[in-house]
Amino acid sequence: MAGPLLKRRREPLGPLDYSRRLSLRLTFLLTLLFLYAPILTLIAFSFNDSRRNIVWRGFTLKYYEKALNNDGLIEAFVNSLTIAFISTLIAVLLGAMVAVLLWRFRFPAKAPYEGAMALPIVIPEICMGVAMLAFFSRTGWPTDLPWPLNLGSITIAHVSFSFPFAAMVIRARLVNFNRELEEAAKDLGASEWQTFRDVLIPYMKPGLVAGALLAFTLSLDDFVITFFTSGPDTVTFPVKVYSMVRFSVTPEVNAASAVLIVITIALTATAMWLQNKTQRN
Amino acid sequence: MDERPPIIRIGKLTKRFGGTVTAVDDVSLDIGEGEFFALLGPSGCGKTTLLRMIAGFEVPSEGQILVDGQDMVGVPPNKRPINMVFQSYAVFPHMSVADNVAYGLKITRVARDEVGRRVEEALDLVKLGGYGARMPDQLSGGQRQRVALARALVKRPKVLLLDEPLSALDAKLREAMQLELVRLQHAVGITFVIVTHDQQEALSMANRIAVMEAGRVRQVAPPAELYEFPKNRFVADFIGKMNLFEGTVAGVDGKRLLVDVAGLGRLTLDAEGPASGAVGIAVRPEKVRLCHEQPGEGMVALRGKVNEVAYYGDTSFVYVTDEFGRTISANLQNEARSAEPAVSIGDSLWCAWNPSDSLVLNA
Repeated sequence: MAGPLLKRRREPLGPLDYSRRLSLRLTFLLTLLFLYAPILTLIAFSFNDSRRNIVWRGFTLKYYEKALNNDGLIEAFVNSLTIAFISTLIAVLLGAMVAVLLWRFRFPAKAPYEGAMALPIVIPEICMGVAMLAFFSRTGWPTDLPWPLNLGSITIAHVSFSFPFAAMVIRARLVNFNRELEEAAKDLGASEWQTFRDVLIPYMKPGLVAGALLAFTLSLDDFVITFFTSGPDTVTFPVKVYSMVRFSVTPEVNAASAVLIVITIALTATAMWLQNKTQRN
Repeated sequence: MDERPPIIRIGKLTKRFGGTVTAVDDVSLDIGEGEFFALLGPSGCGKTTLLRMIAGFEVPSEGQILVDGQDMVGVPPNKRPINMVFQSYAVFPHMSVADNVAYGLKITRVARDEVGRRVEEALDLVKLGGYGARMPDQLSGGQRQRVALARALVKRPKVLLLDEPLSALDAKLREAMQLELVRLQHAVGITFVIVTHDQQEALSMANRIAVMEAGRVRQVAPPAELYEFPKNRFVADFIGKMNLFEGTVAGVDGKRLLVDVAGLGRLTLDAEGPASGAVGIAVRPEKVRLCHEQPGEGMVALRGKVNEVAYYGDTSFVYVTDEFGRTISANLQNEARSAEPAVSIGDSLWCAWNPSDSLVLNA
């Protein structure tokens, strides 16, 4: 054992041989552990055959079954997905428009406008939540609408904090756009709108996908702002989990969370795959 | 060329940016149908701005542009019978080669089977037949440029504009492309207007060249006339190499001009010019002969010492400094095969040339 180790030592470390340094390997391992140990534990304990979530008592799938039969949880889950889907659509549309506006045009007070667009990113969520609550109660926003219209207030709140992120991502993509592409399209006979449709939008596509992904995940897991804007009939998944945890952390919560993680990862992977495909094609 | 009406008529065209910068200053030009016309000048001389005004991407501050007799001012670029090859080629990265070429036809509602036929024709014309299904990122720089050419030519424009089309290519490819563009222009018969800062490019391709400086056109002429009979010091200096001497007009003798130049004596030149005052006397390096003995009567001659020899393989440039500290360059053809240099630094030589090879520059 000592022989090969010593032998390897004698080969000097190259300046870029990071992977051979013990300190770096250790750092690498620790960061992975730090990031994923809690999540893996959560998933592992969703299969734990125990009411209390502390000691491993054996493998079971019954908490998945229980979670699936929990109507409140399923309803919250459907609500979350619905809100995430609609708010993502609106956020990407709005974000793209803001990005193009800021990239394409010069207008008075552009700098303050740009700052105002980025502000929701830095405003503490709790303040935004309170502000939303105040806004919706002050305007007398109707709370007794049929589904899915009753999700309107949460959706609006989600759009307002997620579209700046989408705008940022899309704008970053636009920075590298070659203006001659636009001029070439016009030179070949395209109108302003045709140029936008045939040249600019295809170019923005990776940015649109990335922005959508960001908005979707932001919406799906938002708790603070949603907590302030949701009513008794409009519970989302994070809010529901929170209310369940207040009584006890059962493997059922773990199971539901594991499902959410899998869905999120699957969606991210799909989006990345789609993006790769459109870029290569 | 003269009896045909111009395809482009530019009249007193001026473009100012922000009130202070005048990019194009009172330019008037006629470009004939079927010409290969070059706008040549150093960077920042306004040649690209002029081209962009013809294409419609810049709005003139004053003046007019007529294309085939129609006023173009106020007509957007997508409504002009003009197409352009951009410096970056601007090939749409998300479309295949065939879709790139077809774009301009589809957008103007050309029938589908005609689109297919014309795209194929255009790709064959630029020697890209069979490349239709490729994506731009699978092409080399030269091939991408051919796509840009095909995409512009497929629209059958009255004028094709080319903005520094060869600047991104390496030297060998650039040379091949120069010939290719000339061949293409003969094949399609469309007027080409090319912008370039490379005099070699302009001289070898164009049949007429406009030399621009600081927004103004300094001379418009065919390549040989531009090279041998430049009208002013800027053109003389910008096109090729030129030896320049300061002289003073001593008088006029019939149709001849008598000019005194320090070290050269009184020159009698067949040229028109002012009856007095300072003029420039210019001679091209390849007209200058180097000899070891004093040349005969009737030659303009000047003695000096070789201070540098630049060897280029086929030719050498010999720089000779005379007693006044002026440096004269002479172009020596390396005709005989020899590893020994014909002249070396420190040699004392005579530079001589025929008086009729010297040029009088008033401006």
